[in-house]
Amino acid sequence: MSRLQGIDFVHRKSFIELNARARAKALLDEGSDRELLGPFERIASPWLAMQGITPQSDDGCVVIKGAIDGAPVVVLALEGAFQGGSLGEVSGAKMAAALDLAAMDCEVGKPTSAILLMETGGVRLQEANLGLAAVAEIFSSVLRLRRHSPVITVIAGTVGCFGGMSLAAAASSYLIMTPEARLGLNGAEVIEQESGVEEFDASDRALIWAIHGGTQRYAIGLADVLVDDDLAQVSRGVRECIRKGPRAEHRSEQVALYRERIAKLDTSQQTDPESLRATWRKSSEQ
Amino acid sequence: MSNDLSNRGRAWFAGLTGVAKPMPGDPQSVLTADAKLGEERARFLCVVPNSNARFPCARGGEVGLEEAYTLAARVREAVAADKDGSKRPIVAIVDVKSQAYGRREETAAIFLAAAAAANAYADARVDGHPVISLVVGHAISGGFLTHGYQANRILALDDDGVVIHAMHKEAAARITRRSVEQLEGLAHSVIPLSYDVHDFAKLGLLHTLLHADNPEQPTPQDIEKVSRELASAVQDAREGPRDLSIRWSSAQAEKTRKATRLVRERMRQAWNEV
Repeated sequence: MSRLQGIDFVHRKSFIELNARARAKALLDEGSDRELLGPFERIASPWLAMQGITPQSDDGCVVIKGAIDGAPVVVLALEGAFQGGSLGEVSGAKMAAALDLAAMDCEVGKPTSAILLMETGGVRLQEANLGLAAVAEIFSSVLRLRRHSPVITVIAGTVGCFGGMSLAAAASSYLIMTPEARLGLNGAEVIEQESGVEEFDASDRALIWAIHGGTQRYAIGLADVLVDDDLAQVSRGVRECIRKGPRAEHRSEQVALYRERIAKLDTSQQTDPESLRATWRKSSEQ
Repeated sequence: MSNDLSNRGRAWFAGLTGVAKPMPGDPQSVLTADAKLGEERARFLCVVPNSNARFPCARGGEVGLEEAYTLAARVREAVAADKDGSKRPIVAIVDVKSQAYGRREETAAIFLAAAAAANAYADARVDGHPVISLVVGHAISGGFLTHGYQANRILALDDDGVVIHAMHKEAAARITRRSVEQLEGLAHSVIPLSYDVHDFAKLGLLHTLLHADNPEQPTPQDIEKVSRELASAVQDAREGPRDLSIRWSSAQAEKTRKATRLVRERMRQAWNEV
């Protein structure tokens, strides 16, 4: 409750309530935004109509090139309201292609950062294998770009970031979350289906947020910045991360540290999320 | 979902390396060995079922926390050792039914573990190691993303027991609100939905399909033939780019991944117009 008391609900501008396109534009310098392969280019999924599903002419992925404080950036925003933000062939190719082009710009001396606004359940199962392939390609492209310029993932909510795209979030240079956001490989419902309700009760919202929620991910050192659902705070967080530049060592490279942490877990019972805060946060701050 | 544990990974690993146990300190579920491949030594890695695993949701051959970090460590170890010398091939033998679906895994951030393994394989590829994926059984979802899908070349056995997919059939049907029969019917016309490895081959992601007389328990002839094919894929990878572009530039991809190619072409044009 104390956290909510600090928020100025009257004057702040919600980020979560914006759609993907508005989120992307809101982060960029006024007038700098230019959308690439926007809805008027009509490159939609070739696979959905075959299944009686109405495609969307941007395939749920908004790519906007622009600037933040004058520095070149590309924003890749997934629209959670279209097919759960899922990655299909087209939306996946848009992300991977834009990341590669940003990397190529960096490689010829024009540093360009990428901001990934993730609202996604992961692979679009209606495009199954091409979605999974796209996720593998996006992952590879994130690694290529982050060597040169920051790749910043923002998970604001309410869809969260799940499935294969959680790997791309983990590989990003910096991760920004709100307390409303969730991040995990498998959502609670999938675990309940696959492993039973005793393993994960998907109706227990408190449990879900205690594990996947932004506050917890930040508290155990897996997210870099925790912000409220407030455009000014998200924007400030993004700027801070751009200023820091490329990261020297990424969490997804700290294999020995995390392998050791996993070895120390008591697996005879479920892990108390709260107890991880003391052990994990502390050592990642060293 | 079938509860039968697959022995394919272990059988092919043992056949190709002559080794049957993990490296010291590793969990029983991850097999790693350096063995001869063609004229050089390659590092082979495989995830196998371990009914005594510490993590209860990772006992059936799923890729869990221990598996992912062990893979990451063993791949990085090879990359570090070859830093100034010849880059040994890295071969992922793949038979993974999925990622581990557990609460312990989510709490302790399996998404990061999966990323760490994929990161290690991708770094090896970019560093000049030929990374080859040999799919001998299942290659499903996050399991495959973690172990095998960052390879330069993907080879698969031409066999009904080989399934490469984003999600196992029952769950995919449920989530897309279809019956399994409906899903199977659709998969005839919508190639990326198909569970048939011949259809997967049409997507342009696969280097080659390999026949084996006995996919469950490979014969010495099977091993010899697949070993030869792996060595040839290694040469091919050494001559090709270190990124994944072959997956959308292959002859098959020209037919099936038209949308991917169109997006890449148009994005490149639009990008440079700004």
